[in-house]
Amino acid sequence: MSKKVAFLQGNEAAAQGALYAGCNFFGGYPITPSTEVAEVMSIELPKIGGKFIQMEDEIGAMAVVLGASLAGAKALTSTSGPGLSLKQELIGYGCIAEIPCVVYNVMRGGPSTGMPTGPSQSDVMSAKWGTHGDHPAICLTPASVQETYEEVIRAFNLSEKYRTPVFVMPDEIVAHMRERVVFPEKGEIEVLERISPTVTPDAYKPYDTSCGDVPPLAAFGSGYKFHVTGLNKAQDGFPTTKAELVQAEEERQVRKVDANVDDIVHFEEYLLDDADVVVVAYGSTSRSARFAVNIAREQGIKAGLFRIKTFWPFPDKQIKALAGKVKGFIVPEMNLGMCSLEVERNAQGKAPVLGIFRVDGEPINPDQILAKIKEVK
Amino acid sequence: MAFDYDKWIRPGKLPHIWCPGCGHGIVMKGLIRAFETLQLKKENTALVSGIGCASRLPGYIDCCTLHTAHGRAAAFATGVKMAKPEMDVILVGGDGDGTAIGGNHFIHACRRNINMTYIIINNYIYGMTGGQFSPCTPTGHKASTTPYGNPDPGFDIAKLAIGAGATFVARGTAYHANQIDKLIVEAIQHKGFSVVEILDDCPTTYGRRNKYKSVIEMMNRLKEVAVPVKAAEKMSAEQLEGKVLTGILYKEVKPDYTSEYAKVIERAQAAK
Repeated sequence: MSKKVAFLQGNEAAAQGALYAGCNFFGGYPITPSTEVAEVMSIELPKIGGKFIQMEDEIGAMAVVLGASLAGAKALTSTSGPGLSLKQELIGYGCIAEIPCVVYNVMRGGPSTGMPTGPSQSDVMSAKWGTHGDHPAICLTPASVQETYEEVIRAFNLSEKYRTPVFVMPDEIVAHMRERVVFPEKGEIEVLERISPTVTPDAYKPYDTSCGDVPPLAAFGSGYKFHVTGLNKAQDGFPTTKAELVQAEEERQVRKVDANVDDIVHFEEYLLDDADVVVVAYGSTSRSARFAVNIAREQGIKAGLFRIKTFWPFPDKQIKALAGKVKGFIVPEMNLGMCSLEVERNAQGKAPVLGIFRVDGEPINPDQILAKIKEVK
Repeated sequence: MAFDYDKWIRPGKLPHIWCPGCGHGIVMKGLIRAFETLQLKKENTALVSGIGCASRLPGYIDCCTLHTAHGRAAAFATGVKMAKPEMDVILVGGDGDGTAIGGNHFIHACRRNINMTYIIINNYIYGMTGGQFSPCTPTGHKASTTPYGNPDPGFDIAKLAIGAGATFVARGTAYHANQIDKLIVEAIQHKGFSVVEILDDCPTTYGRRNKYKSVIEMMNRLKEVAVPVKAAEKMSAEQLEGKVLTGILYKEVKPDYTSEYAKVIERAQAAK
């Protein structure tokens, strides 16, 4: 049997990916350029008995998603820059209370209202540093419509597996372009569910780490009763200010991601084996980068592409390894230098890092990248 | 026979954080009596709050409890109710949490007429942060941030709820303790969004700044200003000056949100 194929926009593919992953709840608020996700979910969710709600504001949309997830739903919200800023407090709530959910954020120009219909990649730091306090961060940055579909599924899997909110952050170009999508068969891509408790309701503790760093999560209304709070809490879910407990819990929450980077960090290495110059790129910018690398190769320059698929946790190990081998890194991005800071941190002075930064709402074209590749001596 | 409150209190979680003289404990006891009267199932009951003194209440009650962020109880609770419409979802919080930072979620929960009950304990002040004025602090009164008297007019929470579309609105006071559980019982039984405002005192941060000499004086004030709606019908405008109506202030039958969404699912599946 031939596979189902469709010509889809990135945002439409994101919604379809969520449905494949078992998403049965969507809470959102209209915002350009991500609204198509809400529109598709409003059509599709009730067909499968799922729930869609358009909330009164972005904060409410984040709250309703967290509430639904605690009641057992696989929940998604979609937004863009200004909405992401508004959601940040409750994203932190999701991190400390350890509530799985997916936040799909289309990157548009900013700060503030910025350029609502223009592409950008300037929210990547918000994914890690946007909410206050120390917390785990997972952020995926797809570069095509097919990959958006697949990465939304992976985001649900990671959020369920590690019991934490997960970001998917396409730039506006990826979110709005149309490409061919080949749908996987049911079961072809693994779909993970959160770990359910095996103990009786009386013995259940919502942050019990006796089986590992990710505590099993019961659902409200499933026979288990427990307390959830945004305060620092002990394993029983109740607030605590005991220094040693707070320290241990905070470290465990961050460790859920830090100890599993090899599981979470996905990337693509293109022509890196003998590369002197490595372009580090993500999202739609990586497509220009690949084009530039190909031209450079034709001209006899040993260029390669390290394409980031998981932005957070950052591929530290891989960049560090490259830094000892290459003459320079090129980091093209639609912001004034965010990923380049991470590359510099990992390059540790062993290789120069040259940035190409655009915030004018125009994509970075291959010529710009090629010119920069030629600057590396 | 003495009422067994312990059945609903979480073992080891008392004493509560509330100050001596605070009426929040009176409201909590009323809530427990209401839960017991209705024979609610702990596993099927979600008690959701925001941030503030009143929002600490769920931590003491033995059911599914969700202590959310400041002002967000109604939005979190909406998610719980949408995902599990068969659950009894009750919200509790203070006047600042519910009508200032949470005002938008509050009015939209009213508008949707989602089948949940919101108990707002109104003590006219931000108690937990030390007594700043809230949207319910009366004009001219003193708070830590209105040292020269509050220039703001206050909200009438009940009118706000009725105007926004809530289909059951009631008001009681911490003084009229025996009425609290009866109002909450009726509110939970009502199908739609129900709001129960309970007027309360905050001797620590409000009373001492506004020349109340004792908790008893504050409680007596609640006794004096409260007029049951029935009694008010026979009173003149002059007699009602400075009074506050108590009892069930508004009730109507309208489609509730989760029932309406079930129809959306039916329509979507019929069109498939």
